[in-house]
Amino acid sequence: MSAHSATAAAVPPPRSRSRAWGKFKRNRVALLGAVIVLAVVILAVFAPLLATHDPLQTSFMAIRKAPSATFWLGSDELGRDIYSRMLYGARASLMAGLVSVVIALIVGVPFGLVSGYFGGWIDSIISRCTEALLAIPFLILAIALAAFLGPSLTNAMIAIGVSAAPKFIRLARGQVLAVKNEDYVQSSRALGASDTRIIVRHILPNIMPPLIVQATITIATAIIAEASLSFLGLGLQPPNPSWGSMLNTAKNFMTQAPWMSIFPGSAIFLAVLGFNLLGDGLRDALDPRQEK
Amino acid sequence: MFKIILRRVLVAIPTLILVSMIVFMLQKILPGDPVLTLAGEERDPAVLDYLRDKYRLNDPLPVQYGVWVGQVLQGDLGKSLRTDVPVTQLIAQKLPVTLQLAAMAMFFALVIGVPMGIVAAVRKGTATEMGANVAALSGMSIPNFWLGILLIMLVSVKWRLLPASGYVSPAEDFWMSMKTMLMPALVLSTAIAAYLMRHTRSAMLEALSADYVRTARAKGVSPRRVVLRHALRNALMPIVTLVTLLFGELLAGAVLTEQVFTIPGFGKLIVDAVFTRDYAVVQGVVLCVAVGFIIMNLLADILYILVNPRLRHA
Repeated sequence: MSAHSATAAAVPPPRSRSRAWGKFKRNRVALLGAVIVLAVVILAVFAPLLATHDPLQTSFMAIRKAPSATFWLGSDELGRDIYSRMLYGARASLMAGLVSVVIALIVGVPFGLVSGYFGGWIDSIISRCTEALLAIPFLILAIALAAFLGPSLTNAMIAIGVSAAPKFIRLARGQVLAVKNEDYVQSSRALGASDTRIIVRHILPNIMPPLIVQATITIATAIIAEASLSFLGLGLQPPNPSWGSMLNTAKNFMTQAPWMSIFPGSAIFLAVLGFNLLGDGLRDALDPRQEK
Repeated sequence: MFKIILRRVLVAIPTLILVSMIVFMLQKILPGDPVLTLAGEERDPAVLDYLRDKYRLNDPLPVQYGVWVGQVLQGDLGKSLRTDVPVTQLIAQKLPVTLQLAAMAMFFALVIGVPMGIVAAVRKGTATEMGANVAALSGMSIPNFWLGILLIMLVSVKWRLLPASGYVSPAEDFWMSMKTMLMPALVLSTAIAAYLMRHTRSAMLEALSADYVRTARAKGVSPRRVVLRHALRNALMPIVTLVTLLFGELLAGAVLTEQVFTIPGFGKLIVDAVFTRDYAVVQGVVLCVAVGFIIMNLLADILYILVNPRLRHA
């Protein structure tokens, strides 16, 4: 690779970006994913405007009412409106998904960069620690952390983020190894750039696509994980609504009030499917080499 | 080959040590003084001192860790803070239940996922492939506890076909045991089946485009035989190792499945322990799962070396 094409790789030409976008646009399934994600975001952001009831308002006159004109998706065991609670639940799920992935990125990517870039003993230490963390199944680690930290949405997000971090360490490390001997890295080193500068300015931008893809898919995993923790009672605490905790109470009323389980569960399914479709589409568009 | 295997075994040792440290540190991040929790209402300083001494909480951390590892190596994971039953005994009781669930789930995942992956690869670019892909993504996106609830509502409550919950040991009544486990195992298998399908599909696509497949086709081998004998045999190798790795996933998924179907297994043990603040049990279960996972990982790698002729003679 000549020095010219090396600079071209460091700053992706606009053409390749529009090609990726074009590829993404033609992918109908990925667009469907984007639409679902967008819809969930809109519902969450405008929850106060779209809600027909106060999500915490209990009513003993309206316990476990089937879906109707008043309660669009029915009411729960305390007479609260399920539709309104689901809107606010979308906030908890989205926040959990985003915040935990940000935590995972902040914890994981720097370690991965350092590990891959410097190699040697520091790489050995970080790699062994990553392997150790990966040895504990994601959800079990998250449950243990949430249990020891105490149940709350914040702790659930920390637990999920920390449990997801090793994947990002491993991914970032592998990507760095793949690009660190490229010409543009060598030439900026020859020009006297510091290690920090090389990592931040040259390597990081080039390994972004796989990180973005992994982050999108991890949002899906994190939403399921938050719903799972809430379902177990280790997430957002009552009376605040989250899809997982709504299902937790709903499972006690399966025969009497099936709507209590059907709707919040569909919401989790759709939101997670949306992020998975989006992630798959982004992978095909941005990072065709990577295996599904 | 033995050199490679030996090196692989040696690499697992630091991982095991680190895992034990992580699990040990779990109890240290616990907010508050564990002695106060242990003592309950008791606030007598003498009692607190006695407890601190008994649990060696006054020693420096490395010493505490050393003592703990020493006990673990002797098979002593401590006692349940609630029931005073040794943690190892609790785990030994619950583990077979979860292993049965996981084994059945793995069976379903293989029976569903691998053929779907093969068909999707062979019928590349058709509606069949699309359908298989959508099914796989749905399988990965559906929360298994919700699927469990839906199935209970439909199969147990409405159609009254299968029991909604509980556990029967296969030694006691084999068919009843299979019947009660059928739904939970199916629910648990969905995500793994989806994963296996996607991996089988991409491995098959790679194998089908290989030279030896083209050669076989040119020789006039029947399409069916090309797919099953030539491509699949090569594609299966990474899948064999994947199966061992996915067992960890199954154990984690079992936590939720067991909760929905009230199965008295490993997952229920950890969740109940979390709620009764029985940290010794939580710690023991996490350690057990992690060590099991590392051993599975090791076996997967060794298996891979053994079945891969290129590494066998290295």
